[in-house]
Amino acid sequence: MKLTGAQIICESFAKEGVEVIFGFPGGSLLPFYDTLPQYPQLRHILVRHEQGAAHAADGYARASGRAGVCCATSGPGATNLVTGIANAYLDSSPVIALTGQVARPFIGKDAFQEIDITGITLPITKHNYVVMSAAEMAGVIKEAFHIATTGRPGPVLIDVPRDVFVEEAEYHYPARVDLPGYKPVIRGHSAQIKKAARLINESRRPVIISGRGVVISRAYEELRELAEKAQIPVITTLLGISSFPENHMLSLGMLGMHGMAHANKAVNEADLVIAVGMRFDDRATAKVSAFAPKARIIHVDIDPAEIGKNVRVDVPIVGDARDVLRDLNKEVVTLSRVEWISQMDEWRGCHMAAAIRDGEDLIPQYVIHSICEVTQGNSIIVTGVGQHQMWSAQCFCYKKPNTLISSGGLGTMGFELPAAIGAKVGCPDETVWCVAGDGGFQMTIQELATITQERTAVKIAIINNGYLGMVRQWQELFYGRRYVATPLSSPDFVKIAEAYGIAAVRVRTRLEVVPAIQKAMEHDGPFLIDFVVEPEENVYPMVPPGAALADLIEAPRTQLVAPGSDRVSE
Amino acid sequence: MVMTSDKHILVALVANKPGVLNRVASLFRRRGFNIESITVGHTEKEGISRMTIVVNGDPATVEQVRKQLDKVIDVVKVHDITQDSVVDRELALIKVKTTSTNRSEIIQIVDIFRANIVDVAADSLIVEVTGDEDKLNSLFRLLSSFGIREIARTGRLAMTRGVPPG
Repeated sequence: MKLTGAQIICESFAKEGVEVIFGFPGGSLLPFYDTLPQYPQLRHILVRHEQGAAHAADGYARASGRAGVCCATSGPGATNLVTGIANAYLDSSPVIALTGQVARPFIGKDAFQEIDITGITLPITKHNYVVMSAAEMAGVIKEAFHIATTGRPGPVLIDVPRDVFVEEAEYHYPARVDLPGYKPVIRGHSAQIKKAARLINESRRPVIISGRGVVISRAYEELRELAEKAQIPVITTLLGISSFPENHMLSLGMLGMHGMAHANKAVNEADLVIAVGMRFDDRATAKVSAFAPKARIIHVDIDPAEIGKNVRVDVPIVGDARDVLRDLNKEVVTLSRVEWISQMDEWRGCHMAAAIRDGEDLIPQYVIHSICEVTQGNSIIVTGVGQHQMWSAQCFCYKKPNTLISSGGLGTMGFELPAAIGAKVGCPDETVWCVAGDGGFQMTIQELATITQERTAVKIAIINNGYLGMVRQWQELFYGRRYVATPLSSPDFVKIAEAYGIAAVRVRTRLEVVPAIQKAMEHDGPFLIDFVVEPEENVYPMVPPGAALADLIEAPRTQLVAPGSDRVSE
Repeated sequence: MVMTSDKHILVALVANKPGVLNRVASLFRRRGFNIESITVGHTEKEGISRMTIVVNGDPATVEQVRKQLDKVIDVVKVHDITQDSVVDRELALIKVKTTSTNRSEIIQIVDIFRANIVDVAADSLIVEVTGDEDKLNSLFRLLSSFGIREIARTGRLAMTRGVPPG
């Protein structure tokens, strides 16, 4: 049967189980949009800016575990996707981006709304395509989904010239892909696994550092088995949060720049680090030459290029976290490690995990803690980037798998609102809280209209401190309190929400916090709370930029000496 | 031949698709790897091209280069053949200034190097030379005393002796 290029895309999407496309139409995408009504199983969600489409697809992918799809027209539509694609790339999120392109005869002529989007996205996609004939379309889509969702997931962009959407070709969806240059290793090498097990069995002070790879491969049970069987404390990276229940006795929480003091201390004192599905990002390791100075390192990752990239590794294991942990669990022996575990308890006792100081003032930590209390931890938390993100990581007790969605690698302010929409669409039965800062929220505030139009029941908490808070904190600590370009005037968020047709309240005191959250939870539909918090609250603990994990600051000080050049350490 | 520790020869077999050179070049630029030369051409297999890439860097850096190259979907295989026994060759065209008095001297030098003269004009000639880096550099040095107008080099090609990689 002959179909048009656009029909082939829709048929193929349906075959891949796509249920929703986040997008924004435009000239070169018109033939595609014109075809969409023939495929009612493909729900289209109209965003208000293409960046929102890419973030929503990313949020959808992370929450649901399936590929998220977004589309945009040629030129500015495509370039507006770029930040979202880069975000998905750095956090290994399976996103399919479909872009329109000018018709084939116009390519290379600087035609209206022509841009080389495959060239632009070359370094921020796992792979990308220009489909120059309808006959190649089905094969490209099959490959794109395969590449995006297997191995280390990542975004794949498919650029389609306008006339290819209407060109007809025989449709046949291939059963398999033939990619001789792409064969991800899933099973770990058995000799390496035996070597790793030997190190684990011999070690006295081991720690596990669990990253997003554990979440991606859903290795929760396997991780837990390893931790419990061999009595190994579990630390997570930011994106590894919720890979291990934080109310578990062996949980130490997050490490890194704003990690828990006891977690950082444990890494510093450990004689063995078992790093699973994490990539030794500089925010996690702090000064890399002083990272885990007493430890040997086992590194499990599905991406061979991550191994040995940032730190020296004693036992590398390339493979899927779940497969490797399953095999590893067969080799490790049951141990008690009383001394090391009680050491953990002691450190935990003297370094309060996320201390929320008493008082009347409305501090952001209390807000996050209260969301956790009211929802009993039964919520997906979606954050942007900055102080509110760190408090969300520190003050919410993540007990359920895959419940924190945050922009880790790229650190994209404005990720939170569209990603929360995607998460809610992907998991409609889950409560989704979008925790935003007053700065980042205004970067993608237009997506409130998407929420209203699609009746997406996202609950929004704005941590409104009147500053670009994290930058202000750095200015306070390292730039002599010179607040350049960080004081922020914002619109009345309650009125804004109401103007978009979203119920909202403002909260200024601690007493109002819990009732407001309860009200949001009881409200059928989206709800926004503007939490006007203490303006100059800082995120602690903090490892100053350029310093080692061991040199962490716990108690606030008025002024710190700037450690050398900030640019280098940033 | 023995390579210095900072110079590595990588051979990449790549799918012959549009943009594949761009993907590889972009990767080198983005990760700050230093390419000395890169050559691309068809292979005995249809649809597969061969890139010979000479890179500078310590072993850890070159290992990263190899792994990152391997991640490119269109790259089928990458080998670091630095430690192998290889035949490596480069071709250069050299336009040398000549006068009626020094032409025969130049021809003698060219003969010693088993190079060819492929074009002769009134005040210049073009020498074609094939060989390894040392040979080419020696010839350049000798000819430079006559005055070199132009040089075009292909960059290095390399192949392991005996059983081919992969």
